[in-house]
Amino acid sequence: MNPAKNSGRALPRAGCALPRAGCALRWALVTPALGWTLLFFVLPFLAMALSSLTAHDGGGFTLANYSQFFANPAYWQAMVNSLQVTAIVTLISVLLAYPFAWILAEQVPERWQRLALMLAVLPFWTSYVVRSYSWLLVLAQNGVINRALTGSGLFSEPVQLANTRLATVIGFVHFFVMLLTLTIFANLKQLSPSYRKAAADLGAGPVRTFLHVILPLTLPGIMVGAFLTFVLCIGDYITPQILGGNNELLMPQLVMMQIGRRGDFPLASALSIILMAVVTIAYLACARWLKIERA
Amino acid sequence: MSINPKTPNPTIKNPRSVLKSRLHAACAATALLLATGSLAQAADLNALIWCDHADPALLQPFEEANGIKVNVKEFEGTGAGMAIVEQSQPGDWDVMVIDSIDIPRGVEKSLFEPLPEDKLPFADLFPQVKMDSSTVVNGKRYGITEKFGYNTIGYNKTKVDPADMQSMAALTGDKYKGKIAIYDYYLPVIGMAALAIGKKTAELTEADLPAIKEELLKMKANAKLVGEVTASQTALATGEVDILVGGGEWVTAGLAKENPALDFSIPKEGAVLWSQSLAMFKDSENKDMALKFIQYIMSPEGQARLATSACYWGMPANTKAALSDEQKKILRFDEQPDFLARAQPYPAPNADLDKKMQDVWTEMLQAQ
Repeated sequence: MNPAKNSGRALPRAGCALPRAGCALRWALVTPALGWTLLFFVLPFLAMALSSLTAHDGGGFTLANYSQFFANPAYWQAMVNSLQVTAIVTLISVLLAYPFAWILAEQVPERWQRLALMLAVLPFWTSYVVRSYSWLLVLAQNGVINRALTGSGLFSEPVQLANTRLATVIGFVHFFVMLLTLTIFANLKQLSPSYRKAAADLGAGPVRTFLHVILPLTLPGIMVGAFLTFVLCIGDYITPQILGGNNELLMPQLVMMQIGRRGDFPLASALSIILMAVVTIAYLACARWLKIERA
Repeated sequence: MSINPKTPNPTIKNPRSVLKSRLHAACAATALLLATGSLAQAADLNALIWCDHADPALLQPFEEANGIKVNVKEFEGTGAGMAIVEQSQPGDWDVMVIDSIDIPRGVEKSLFEPLPEDKLPFADLFPQVKMDSSTVVNGKRYGITEKFGYNTIGYNKTKVDPADMQSMAALTGDKYKGKIAIYDYYLPVIGMAALAIGKKTAELTEADLPAIKEELLKMKANAKLVGEVTASQTALATGEVDILVGGGEWVTAGLAKENPALDFSIPKEGAVLWSQSLAMFKDSENKDMALKFIQYIMSPEGQARLATSACYWGMPANTKAALSDEQKKILRFDEQPDFLARAQPYPAPNADLDKKMQDVWTEMLQAQ
């Protein structure tokens, strides 16, 4: 309720419709968060943005770091690879996570759901690096999968699974399915059973109810999870580095490459800003589609 | 000679340079430092190191003998190491392990202190690894080579014909297609590609890059993966691949006990000689202890421990390293004169050529 509106008085000033004491309290509460964001996001971001506009060899202001990205097809390719891998991972993760979350929310008895959820997020408990190396061993030429494939007679020779884009995708999906399951499960649990009953009363079958009622209502959960997957996946260095075998470069690998020996922080900063711009575009697209942006 | 830190630094040109330097450091080294969990302590010896120096078997004898704690911070790549230094306070660090060819970069930034040659066993070093062209700047020696080896061909001798490993042609032919890994570091492997096409690593220019790129692409077409140290080592050890381009004793020697089939060759085209050095920081507040540490690492006992460090093995620079016969055999110690005669120096490009080489490497990685 807006007290200013109800009293018929004009707002004291834009952004704070509360009495003076309430305003002060609001600012006091929000200041730590603002300070944190300023200190650990805005200032580092500005430093990185300024760095991206300087030359590695000691010159002054330059756009050369950005033009290098657009002029070099190998750099461009890194962005294309990142977007392709991220899109594939996000899509597969959503397709796997939704039925999984559905089963958890609808088919598993209430008393077992907590345990089932705990088991579902078990992979989060292990180190990210260890998990990636474990996948490398599973997918290796002498790994479990290849032994099963050759042992069963399906293949006469081991298939190259490790050190491929497929391995990177598997490593990512293993992680992000859990994340998406949690967000979609939370969304499904919030849905009132009345929606389904109402749809049934109106003559809708299970499929129609799902497509026209349940799916649209759980879309926010899907989109939040998908966006988180997109952001975490496109900025991840470890998984493609360990599982991809460097047979193609993704953007985070390209960024790290500039730092290792040459210490070219301006170029690394420019590439990071470009990567961040892509994430921002993805966010804007999601926000607009979900109509959660504020006027 | 000690350099007064209050003396104006002639390399700092203007405020913009200072700002730029701060920005670069702020962007990366803050994260690197935060990740360490603790900042260097001035009372102890603080060392910026590679992973082979983190072995307790190497550090403990020195710590016990001197009643001091050696705080170590591992880094990979000179650029990352320099970023840590730039973000630190002067005096935070005492010694640094660095690629021998990169010592001039540290000297250019006024980071290093000249080393007293008379207090270090230079006479005992393999002459070819003294690396005077890098470790001596303006007549002063700023680094001492502590460990070296070869970027060459590492292989599993039960899976490949050792005779084939005597020529780099095996790396681009069809016989071992899909059985090869490439070590993911552009300088040594570009050096190997140069050797394969008959170029000298010390004379590489931009004009050589197209031919080098072509050779690299042929190697890539045969490779299953391009991996950093752990990945390439694991691939060779687990049988994922049988050959490692850029491998050498640093991969095979440490795994000799578990996998005696791993070996390395110096092919007829030659190999690339890698070397790492120790340098002392100009602003160290503990120079006496820093020198003692360098003396310990360069002593016969320190050299043996460093050469057989848990992270990776390598040849000790000191010919008098106290290695056992077994360790010498694994490192092929007695063959070093021949190996050194056939090895060529690590490529040491200027900043511009370095960038172009890295771009060639990037294009190779992206090639399908």
